[in-house]
Amino acid sequence: MNIKVEVQAQQPATPSWAMLRTLAGIALLSGLLVVLIYQYTKPIIAENQRVLTEQAVFEVLPGAVTKVDLRLTDAGLSPADAGTEGLRLFAGFNADGTLRGVAFPAAARGYQDIIEFLFGYDPACACIIGSKVLRSTETPGLGDKIDTDPAFLQNFEALDARLNAAGTGLANAIVLVKHGTKTEPWQIDGISGATISGNAMARALNQSAQQIVPVIQRDRDVLSAATPRP
Amino acid sequence: MANLPNTTENLSLDTFVRGLWRENPVFVMLLGMCPVLAVTNTTMNALAMGLATTFVLVCSSVLVSLLRNWIPKQVRIASYIVIIATFVTIVDYGIQAISLELYAALGAFIQLIVANCVILGRAEAYASKQRLHTTLINSLGMGAGFTIALLSLGTVREVLGNGTLLGIPLFGENFQPWVVMILPPGGFFVLGTWLLLFNWLRLRKERKALQHAGVPANAG
Repeated sequence: MNIKVEVQAQQPATPSWAMLRTLAGIALLSGLLVVLIYQYTKPIIAENQRVLTEQAVFEVLPGAVTKVDLRLTDAGLSPADAGTEGLRLFAGFNADGTLRGVAFPAAARGYQDIIEFLFGYDPACACIIGSKVLRSTETPGLGDKIDTDPAFLQNFEALDARLNAAGTGLANAIVLVKHGTKTEPWQIDGISGATISGNAMARALNQSAQQIVPVIQRDRDVLSAATPRP
Repeated sequence: MANLPNTTENLSLDTFVRGLWRENPVFVMLLGMCPVLAVTNTTMNALAMGLATTFVLVCSSVLVSLLRNWIPKQVRIASYIVIIATFVTIVDYGIQAISLELYAALGAFIQLIVANCVILGRAEAYASKQRLHTTLINSLGMGAGFTIALLSLGTVREVLGNGTLLGIPLFGENFQPWVVMILPPGGFFVLGTWLLLFNWLRLRKERKALQHAGVPANAG
């Protein structure tokens, strides 16, 4: 067996300064490129997010043509003036200026990660009138059916969300039931293949509605006073 | 300064084509398996991931080739990673600017391009030793090969697992989707089937070449 031994020519040691200079130079170039792309895309991404949210508002409040941004503070609903802190809600108005409903966010852990939703609530019928998934990493073709399956989405066309007699929470908790066993208007008819995602949706809606719906009903005068903008 | 030795390759059609077939990063070198299996559940996701990886591969290879005489070998890996991470960040913001829905669909796998062996491997094995134009052509070929491989998986998985191609339904109402195809095991099934097919084709080609040369098929 022949063993070939290669003797590598001795190379001069690299001075530390050269290594430092290289890393600093590359880091500087990297930082410059990242800052440039960040500055360039920042307004475009903000616009994309605004469009996505606005589209969702009009999707969960069918018939609404204008909207007003609101904040849910400790004191209740208030218009989203500069500096107002709190959960972001949207009041949607019909073409004749009458209130169509309020879109509110909700979130719960699904199969993969936290799923974020936007739901539409109509104070007149005291019911949920629309749903939209804002952010989800659920399995395509299975978990994402909660946002695409027309039969499942029919659940959210007039889902009962009445308040209890004291006005402190929902009269009946919103729950997901097995497909084909829905008997009450506050139940969500489940979907096969997306049980965990469907449960997450029901849980998110119930938790948020229990907190937000009483405030919406209590502060209906704030909603009526809100001025819609086109 | 101790730099890596330069080895110059003459530009030819093979510089580009070898990434498509003979040295395909997925089907031959089995590199970058994480995104290959994870985001190929639809054709559009596969295409977007392939193009994003190609962009990072081409840009980082070009920059590494340009700086090859300036980067000391002791700090080359750190330098390559910073360069690759820079272009991944650019792609990340770029995709958010193009479509937030696409960005949501690709999830964390865009950021994970940094750790894709195809890109670091090209930087270390090729771009750091070759001239700019050959590096550019070679990385374009490798990127195209990677994208084609992802599309090969994504198309099959979407058609069988969802009954659609690019979101357009292909079959009637009665089609029952093979849900397993869009789940993680489906990625392994489809990749395994493609590898089986390509290896069978390669062996058949070798056998024919041997027969043509007059050597019995079972010799050796």
